[in-house]
Amino acid sequence: MTTLPTHRRPSERDLSARPEHSPDSPLSVHALTVAYRRKPVLWDIEYEAPIGRLVAIVGPNGAGKTTLIRTCLGLIRPAAGRVEFWGQPYRRVRTRVGYVPQRESVDWDFPVSALDVAAMGRYAKIGWCRPVTRSHKAAAMHALGRVGMDRFATRQISQLSGGQQQRVFLARALAQEADMYFMDEPLAGVDAATERAIIEILRELRGEGKTVIVVHHDIQTVPEYFDDALLLNMRVVAAGPVSEVFTKQNLQATYGGRLTLLADAAEALARAGRGEIP
Amino acid sequence: MSDATYAFVSLDLPAALAGVLAALTCALLGNFLVLRRQALMGDAISHAVLPGIVVGFLIAGSRATWPIFLGAAGSALVAVMLIEALRRVARVEAGAAMGVGFSILFALGVLLIEQASARGVDLDAGCVLYGQLEYVNWYPVHDWGRFWTLEHITTGYQTATTTISPDTGLPILIKEGGLPRQLWMLAAVAIAAFTFVGVFYKELRLTTFDPALATALGFRAGLMHAMLMVLVASATVAAFEAVGSILVIAMLIVPAAAARVCTDRYAVQLLASLAFALAAGVLGYIAGAFAPAWVGFEGRALNVAGTMTLVAAVLLTGAIFLAPAHGVLWRGVRRRRLALSVAVEDVLAALYRGDESGDPSRVADLPASALTLKALSVLNARGEIGRAPGGGWRLHEPGRRRAASIVRRHRLWESWLVDEMGLRPDHVHETAERLEHLTSDAGALEPDLPPRALDPHQRPIPPDDDA
Repeated sequence: MTTLPTHRRPSERDLSARPEHSPDSPLSVHALTVAYRRKPVLWDIEYEAPIGRLVAIVGPNGAGKTTLIRTCLGLIRPAAGRVEFWGQPYRRVRTRVGYVPQRESVDWDFPVSALDVAAMGRYAKIGWCRPVTRSHKAAAMHALGRVGMDRFATRQISQLSGGQQQRVFLARALAQEADMYFMDEPLAGVDAATERAIIEILRELRGEGKTVIVVHHDIQTVPEYFDDALLLNMRVVAAGPVSEVFTKQNLQATYGGRLTLLADAAEALARAGRGEIP
Repeated sequence: MSDATYAFVSLDLPAALAGVLAALTCALLGNFLVLRRQALMGDAISHAVLPGIVVGFLIAGSRATWPIFLGAAGSALVAVMLIEALRRVARVEAGAAMGVGFSILFALGVLLIEQASARGVDLDAGCVLYGQLEYVNWYPVHDWGRFWTLEHITTGYQTATTTISPDTGLPILIKEGGLPRQLWMLAAVAIAAFTFVGVFYKELRLTTFDPALATALGFRAGLMHAMLMVLVASATVAAFEAVGSILVIAMLIVPAAAARVCTDRYAVQLLASLAFALAAGVLGYIAGAFAPAWVGFEGRALNVAGTMTLVAAVLLTGAIFLAPAHGVLWRGVRRRRLALSVAVEDVLAALYRGDESGDPSRVADLPASALTLKALSVLNARGEIGRAPGGGWRLHEPGRRRAASIVRRHRLWESWLVDEMGLRPDHVHETAERLEHLTSDAGALEPDLPPRALDPHQRPIPPDDDA
């Protein structure tokens, strides 16, 4: 799927040798380096996302997964490099890119209802200083329905379970009707029913030809849930279809010696290869 | 116009209006500080503007509006940057950074004031803290028809004429003129604050709740925050001369905090905070200006900014206890109701099991508490149970049906815990005892369980009457 050789780690100044990015690609990251206080967090990231695929970003804690997403969305200024969506800078395509932040990133005691939160996905379409009209509320309600949360629309958000809160966050992104999505750990700490519901939604989005890039913490379920993987540990270790990049070698390079689940992952991969997992 | 009315209109009305305007403005803006968990920022800004105010005052040589305003805005900006720098460069925790930042700037302001007053400038720290509401006066002309011209309302003191009082025959000075400058400033900032919140209603909600998503969607959270800080600084400056910074700090936090315990709705939160501020302003003025005379201290008055703040604190305390959703009182009432309904169900279940085992005295197993007695008397009054001929209690028909459904839930839960969770039969009673009160019907469990007549202890599960 991707034009990048999976194991290549281009030398820093060798930019001319790199492949040209296609303007059709929903996301292309070019020579991206991000640093906090002179300490690099992402180093020379080169990535091109395929169209209509579910992509997992995996890597150990501190690998820069969240930083990569936040930089793509213009929330962090990179030290060097470029990010383009469909060949354009992010600020031109804001409404076409949806974002589901980590659930812990907000204060769930905030006095708003589930519907209010879902409606926030419409704000970019509504524009500055205009009120949230009935049609936008209806769209938010529809999004809540897709994640099975319409019954809780008027519920204040602190009175929802963790899984329900995560679904409301997903509904907010759906309400945006974007063409591609970033999701930061949407499956972290959710119940089994919510996990199934979220995966179902991800597959629906893929069916609509949308690319969804998901930071995922559980490498065992990557082969089951995702088409592509981006193995990240400050640098891109490997990127491409899960069946190609999810090798023991790559996982070890990503997680170093810390990976105790390696055997499980390899086994999961083997099972996926035998077609035991749909 | 009588003398009493004139005194009220010229002295009390403008002062009360100033206090209420300051309270409303600060309460509205304070919502966003409290919801962002940055309540201390209001405290920080309102102290940090002091050196700017003094510098503006020294440069202009008077309490003219603009130099003081610009000075204050400048030092508010310095404060925000200093706090941010402390947080980032020195890696100090946010609250501590604010504490350090504003105390440095406030101390600087106090030293500047000291130097200024040594040179005979009329400014002191006390005025900054408590304000000087007694100087917020208005002297409307005695002839109402003449007064309602724009010129009279907008400009300062117009005339001061001497006339002979018809009552006493003594000369009195009559000052006539427009509303005091302090009121204009407060009104302008109030209009700015309400316009800001009205125009950016949904943007403020988004940037306060989820600044990252807001910025990603193009609603720059940093910009909104900066505008909010400028308005907080403006409110502080407008209010400082009239009501002082104590009232500003209190009104930035207390009404919003009181509203927060009363509601879970964003719009209601904003409106409730304004209602609390209005109540604190009006009641506080009455308590400060009139109440001392009512209790016998004729001719005495309390500092109105102080009484307004205290009234706000009383309102907050009231809200914490009485608020419908999160109030301590209602939570207590709800807990008692729940405890009683659990006790009622336990009594019914005990009587049912007593009938089952042919030993009606099983009710004696229940804790001999006031709650059990209350449950018995409630059930008796409802006719669900009645006195048994030989003493004790027995179930009447409606009570028996309800008891059967409770026992059914209990035994279904026991079955589920044994079959699905793999617990040992002698370990499940306690858990089932709790779960039976939480589920209104056991229907949700049944799909997971094969049909059965007996629970893990081989006791019959009562049939579902509704089915």
